[in-house]
Amino acid sequence: MTESTLGHADHAAPRPGGARGLVADWSSDQRAFKNVSWGKAMMWIFLLSDTFVFGCFLLAYMTARMSTTVPWPNPAEVFALHVGGTDVPLLLIAIMTFVLISSSGTMAMAVNFGYRRDRKKTAILMLLTAALGATFVGMQALEWTKLITEGVRPWGNPWGAAQFGSSFFMITGFHGTHVTIGVIFLLIIARKVWRGDYDVGARGFFTSRRGQYESVEIMGLYWHFVDLVWVFIFAFFYLW
Amino acid sequence: MAQAEAQDHGLHGHAEPAQAMAHAEGQQHPIKLYLVVWGWLFILSACSYAVDYFEVQGYLRWGLILTFMMLKAGLIVAVFMHMAWERLALVYVIIVPPLVILVFVAIMVIESRYTEVIRALSFGVGP
Repeated sequence: MTESTLGHADHAAPRPGGARGLVADWSSDQRAFKNVSWGKAMMWIFLLSDTFVFGCFLLAYMTARMSTTVPWPNPAEVFALHVGGTDVPLLLIAIMTFVLISSSGTMAMAVNFGYRRDRKKTAILMLLTAALGATFVGMQALEWTKLITEGVRPWGNPWGAAQFGSSFFMITGFHGTHVTIGVIFLLIIARKVWRGDYDVGARGFFTSRRGQYESVEIMGLYWHFVDLVWVFIFAFFYLW
Repeated sequence: MAQAEAQDHGLHGHAEPAQAMAHAEGQQHPIKLYLVVWGWLFILSACSYAVDYFEVQGYLRWGLILTFMMLKAGLIVAVFMHMAWERLALVYVIIVPPLVILVFVAIMVIESRYTEVIRALSFGVGP
C-alpha cells in the first residue's frame, strides 16, 4: 500500500492510507485517483458500466427462470457432449472455462513483462492471449451450431421453457462479442509493443499521444473483466 | 498540501515518462504470484465443475457454486487486475456500486414469485 502511495509524485510527502486516505483523496479541489492515470481510471469506470449491463442480463435471466411455470431445460443435459459412448455433462463449457482462465494468466504475465520493458516476451504473451481468446470464440461458435441444429431458437426449444433460448443467445452472444473485441484490441496493442512504440514514445495514430507500457495493463483490465464475466455466466447459467 | 498539489499538476502536464516509471515501480510483482493464482483458478474451476459432475443438489449445490464463484472473482479482481494494490479511493468507486445490483435482485425475486403465482392461478398450471 505504501509503495503505491508514492506512485504518482515520488518526491511529494507520503499520503495517508486506509480510511483516512479515502477521505483525504476525495476531499478538496484535486484529482481523486492519486496514482492512477486517466486512461486506467476511465477503463475501470467503463468496466463498472459494463458490470451493470451484464448484471441486468443475468437478472433478466433469473426473472424469466423464476417466473416461468414450464420446467427449465437441464443445462447439464443440454450442454453434454457424447464422448466414448457416454454423455459427459458440460464438457465443452469446462474446456472453454479453462481456456479463458489460461488466457487471463498469460495476460497477467504480459502486463508484468511490459513493466519490465521486455518487449518480445510481452508481445508473445499477448499474442498467446489473443490465440486463446480466439479459440474460446471458436468453441462458442461450435456450441451455438450444436444447439441451433438441435432446434434451440430464441422463441423456443424442444426441452422446456421458451425463455431458455433467448437468455442463452443474449448472454453468451454478448459475452462472445466482448471476447472478439478483446482479441482485436489485443492484436493492436501487441503490434505496438512488438514495434517498440512504447520504448521510443511513438505517437498514436488516432490520438497523436505518446503511448506507454501502461496501455498493456489497461488492455489487461479489459481482458480480465471478460474472464470475470464468464465466471458469473458459468456459475449462474451453466451450473445453476 | 498545496505544494503536493502543485507538484501533482506539474507532473500531470509534461512528465509522462516519469509517470510511467512510477507505475513500473508500483505494479511490479513476482511472476510466481501470477502462476500461483492461475493454479488456484484452475483448482476452483475444477471444483465447481465437480459440483455438477457429481450431481450435488439442493442448498449445498448453490452454496458451493456461489462460494467457488466468489473466490474466483475475488482472485481475478484482487491479483490479476491489481485491485489489492490500488488506493481505497479507487477500490470503493469500483466495488461498492455493483453491490446495489443485490437490491435489484431482491426486487426481481419478489416480482418473479408474484408473476409465477399469477400465471399458475390464471392458466391453471402448477409451479
